[in-house]
Amino acid sequence: MMVRIGCGSGGAPDRVAPAEDLARDGALDFLCFESLAERTLAQGHVERRAGRVGFSPKLEARFRAVLPHCARNGTRVLTNMGGADPKGAGRLTAHLARELGLSLKIAVIEGDDVLPLIGPDTELPETGGTVASFGRAPIAANAYIGHEAMAEALAGGADVVIAGRVSDSSLFLAPIAHAFGVAANDWSLLARGALVGHLLECSTQVTGGYFADPGYKDVPGLDNLGYPLAEVASDGSAVITKLDGTGGFVTALTVKEQLLYEIHDPAAYLTPDVSADFTTVTIDEVGRDRVRVSGATGRKRPDRLKVLVAFDGGFLAEGEIGYAGPGASDRARLAADIVRRRMMQRHGFNGELRLDLIGVASLHASAGRVSHSQDVRLRGALRSMDRRWAELLLEEIESLWMGGPAGGGGFRGRITPSVITQPTFADRTDVPCSFSWVAS
Amino acid sequence: MTRRVPLRDIASARAGDKGDTSNIAVWVYDPAHYPSVCRALTAERVKAAYPDLFRGTVTRYELPGLHGLNFVITRGLEGGVNASLNLDSHGKSFSFLILALEVDID
Repeated sequence: MMVRIGCGSGGAPDRVAPAEDLARDGALDFLCFESLAERTLAQGHVERRAGRVGFSPKLEARFRAVLPHCARNGTRVLTNMGGADPKGAGRLTAHLARELGLSLKIAVIEGDDVLPLIGPDTELPETGGTVASFGRAPIAANAYIGHEAMAEALAGGADVVIAGRVSDSSLFLAPIAHAFGVAANDWSLLARGALVGHLLECSTQVTGGYFADPGYKDVPGLDNLGYPLAEVASDGSAVITKLDGTGGFVTALTVKEQLLYEIHDPAAYLTPDVSADFTTVTIDEVGRDRVRVSGATGRKRPDRLKVLVAFDGGFLAEGEIGYAGPGASDRARLAADIVRRRMMQRHGFNGELRLDLIGVASLHASAGRVSHSQDVRLRGALRSMDRRWAELLLEEIESLWMGGPAGGGGFRGRITPSVITQPTFADRTDVPCSFSWVAS
Repeated sequence: MTRRVPLRDIASARAGDKGDTSNIAVWVYDPAHYPSVCRALTAERVKAAYPDLFRGTVTRYELPGLHGLNFVITRGLEGGVNASLNLDSHGKSFSFLILALEVDID
């Protein structure tokens, strides 16, 4: 027996068309959509509180594109696009199913919202203090929950499973555990399922995205990059592949690069389901765009679940103006000096003010790497809880148009309200998870 | 005979982020170069190359079977997505800081 699992998205902004290709032509048993980065969920809570939707704004477009194919092909769908409002996402999905003439059994996962567990004494290890000492009111707190409630929903016959903050790999592990009846303490088999999830969860990052380096690592057909699918065997080994006719490729190296993406100790990758050891993994190219992964091992899952607590992060201000031609970098440097003097000395701003010369030193400025360029943009950035400082920075950069060095042009500026997150931990027993059916 | 090459000629790399911690995994194309890269690209070397950016600790994990090294760099993202004022607050481009280093290979 073999199970075919596809990835329909690896993040909130991911494209819809490759998911539709997989739903139509992938002969999939399951199609999983990962869509929640650390702050996406917190933003969802902010949106929901403001009376707007707290689930993924892309859910409707994605489901409209894939659900008719999935219903026809017997493909079941799992997603964390429920975000801050899985029930709302479930209701919209039921509405879409009716509109599309589909009869679908829709389950919603609950339990990840743990804001009631967070109090002034909750420790925030990365700050060295507590919520009280951090000095801001939490706006949301969600635990990274595991695969079990989703697997139970599948066992109950769900066609669509909608969750909020489930761990990314758990979204893919759930159908594997369900299909093969994996015991909740079969650590090595769970680790192999988590590995499949880890490799698929960032979609194109295993099919040639985040990879190309012309002349060194060339990738064919990046404009038509396909999403990955895995053929998983009952021993947990899997072949990572993609649809014929799509761009990109799956090679031992694309799989290796993704193997350690966002991983610290490869012998102890902690998920809610298992502590996985990827140092024992074997990677073999077994055909064109077919890479077999096997041999992951696992140990007992952690007793505590990771929780992200979200707080108001104030405002991020970013303003730019450009200089080009002879002496461009000298003029941009002079402009930076003017802005720094105005903000710090005249206005008395005492926070961190960053001034980059894009084209000379920006992304790698703190690494001390400097390039030569005659086409340079000055970028100023600051964060503040007070919107007035953000506005002032943009005003000072825009004023360089008339009052700065010669030939300054192309001002752009924006102020972004931000949400910041801090990790903490919760005992599993305090985070009961379950599923419920959405009335059709 | 030993020769000095940019790491980019003999390896690929990918960067990821969690909070203020960056991880950069390096994958050597030719297994024959793996021992040289292990010798040249120590955690101390990586830390010393960019001390103003990599402000915390650098830990190196080895995957000899796959010819890979994983560098985990705490306080390596100028505060991370919560606090960084770097345009690249995730440090996605930091893989090329490692690939820009030169290594002696046999």
